[in-house]
Amino acid sequence: MEYVSPEGLRLDGRRPMEMRQLRAEIGAVSGADGSAIFEMGNTKVIAAVYGPREVQHRSQLNNDKALIRCEYTMANFSTGDRTRKPKGDRRSTEISLVIRQTMEACILTHLMPRSQIDIFVQVLQADGGTRSACINAATLALADAGIPMRDLVTSCSSGYLNSTPLLDLNYVEDSAGGPDVTVGILPKLDKVTLLQMDAKLPMDIFENVMQLATEGCKAVANYIREVLIQNTKQLENRHADQLSLSLFRKLLLYGFCSWRIIKFLEKDVEEET
Amino acid sequence: MRDTEPPLNQTQKLRLQRALELLESLSSVTNSNASVTVADTIPVNQEDGVLKGHGTTELEGEVVATVCGVIERVNKLVYVRTLRARYKPEVGDIIVGRVIEVAPKRWRLEINFSQDAVLMLSSMNLPDGIQRRRTAVDELNMRSIFEDDDVICAEVRDFMRDGSLQLQARSQKYGKLERGQMLTISPYLIKRRKQHFHHLDQYGIDLILGCNGFIWVGEHVETKDNMIEDEPVKPDPQNDKSKTSMSLEEEEEETYTPFETRQNICRIANAIRVLSTLGFSITIDVILDVVDLSSSKGIDIHEMLGAEFYVLVAEREAERRNSSTRRKR
Repeated sequence: MEYVSPEGLRLDGRRPMEMRQLRAEIGAVSGADGSAIFEMGNTKVIAAVYGPREVQHRSQLNNDKALIRCEYTMANFSTGDRTRKPKGDRRSTEISLVIRQTMEACILTHLMPRSQIDIFVQVLQADGGTRSACINAATLALADAGIPMRDLVTSCSSGYLNSTPLLDLNYVEDSAGGPDVTVGILPKLDKVTLLQMDAKLPMDIFENVMQLATEGCKAVANYIREVLIQNTKQLENRHADQLSLSLFRKLLLYGFCSWRIIKFLEKDVEEET
Repeated sequence: MRDTEPPLNQTQKLRLQRALELLESLSSVTNSNASVTVADTIPVNQEDGVLKGHGTTELEGEVVATVCGVIERVNKLVYVRTLRARYKPEVGDIIVGRVIEVAPKRWRLEINFSQDAVLMLSSMNLPDGIQRRRTAVDELNMRSIFEDDDVICAEVRDFMRDGSLQLQARSQKYGKLERGQMLTISPYLIKRRKQHFHHLDQYGIDLILGCNGFIWVGEHVETKDNMIEDEPVKPDPQNDKSKTSMSLEEEEEETYTPFETRQNICRIANAIRVLSTLGFSITIDVILDVVDLSSSKGIDIHEMLGAEFYVLVAEREAERRNSSTRRKR
């Protein structure tokens, strides 16, 4: 089958090095400490973080760092054919483990000893690249929960079909059976925390494909950062009732001062701002 | 905990947006670009010898944020104040919590911290008010003081060596909370103040703003000093029957909360819910202002969580902050 047309377009009309549209929303689950929805094209994932909280099973308690748990599930309605999957099937256990390890690499667990952090991710709509979407959603949810992290982890996949490296595979391209490389990076530290491939590729091609995925990760990181800073600013704007302290004190003085002193202070304030 | 916004129609959306833009313009006058996200570099003057506080780490000679929040500088110390995060206790904080377990000589409390807090039997006043050693009998009677799922109010005493928290309740104002409701909001919305217990006389209500983001709204209870109270006189055997029926009635009277008080509790609780959904900082003045707004506009208690009132509160707050900043100038 032809996955890249002679004009250089993929099945869904993208260029080989083009990503799907990203959309992120923070604060989707009201009861959780942190939550997020992350969309990559038609793939849609919801993540909720609970914690740091008391360890549920005493035997798992860790005296010098936090315990991290992760659960990955796929909603029954997420795929085209509605199959009833048992809860602990191999695929979801493996992905849970992958997400947990990736997140553990970036959370500063030593700051929260004797506690537990639960990450729940559910796929609402599956269209390829659920693994990367879950990791991105989990990062957002952890940042929303105010959990200290070394860096934001972001993830993206890429593949190699019709002797062309393709970024961010969708379901059709994913099920073509070609190599599928999922990469997770820490963009600031420039380190790789996740690298998965289930096929064989020559070394030089692999490097190209991985480079492409890394570029994708960086693009995702930029987007996530923008979403987070906007969210933080909004929370702060709504919350910040008072002016900054030094300025506030001076302004408070105005009420008790004569006009001459006010003029004098105003000059001072102007210098500060 | 974050509550989700009620569904707004087009005009309400526009009004809310305008109010929020006004808030933004007010706060951006003073703090410009103080917000950071994870892995953002915090600009510092390296020669000054900065002290890295909470929410920061060092990477290749730069100070880097590890949480989302606002940069705060105190002399040489640089730290990031988180907004949405779990409660960070400080000694002396007044908190509201829920008992989750009765353990030997202690109660375990859920207080929105990374671990459960511990209230020792020895660090609270006994109901008889006598200062003495706690005996094994006291330990067996612990459930008569607090049971599982009781809501109680206490003070942070100190941190134990493993980082867990010890509480104390050595005063009449602390203890079990009854006849009211507990609300859970994000702890960053509550500032530490001189006064966390509020008695709202006009409504007959006690309001406790716990530093951990748990808020208690309940019927006002007179703190009675148990130490002075005498032993009840034993009733005469002849009058026994009538007395017991009397006491039953009295008991009913005692546990009965008037309808009006219950309405007031709900009104204040809903006011707090609206404020927390909007993300405004919660103080007693703001809460009372919202309650007054709702009653002056004739808005029913159940309508307070609707879209119209949500937008009204946002506009009111924007107006309030706008006028207060103008007055100060």
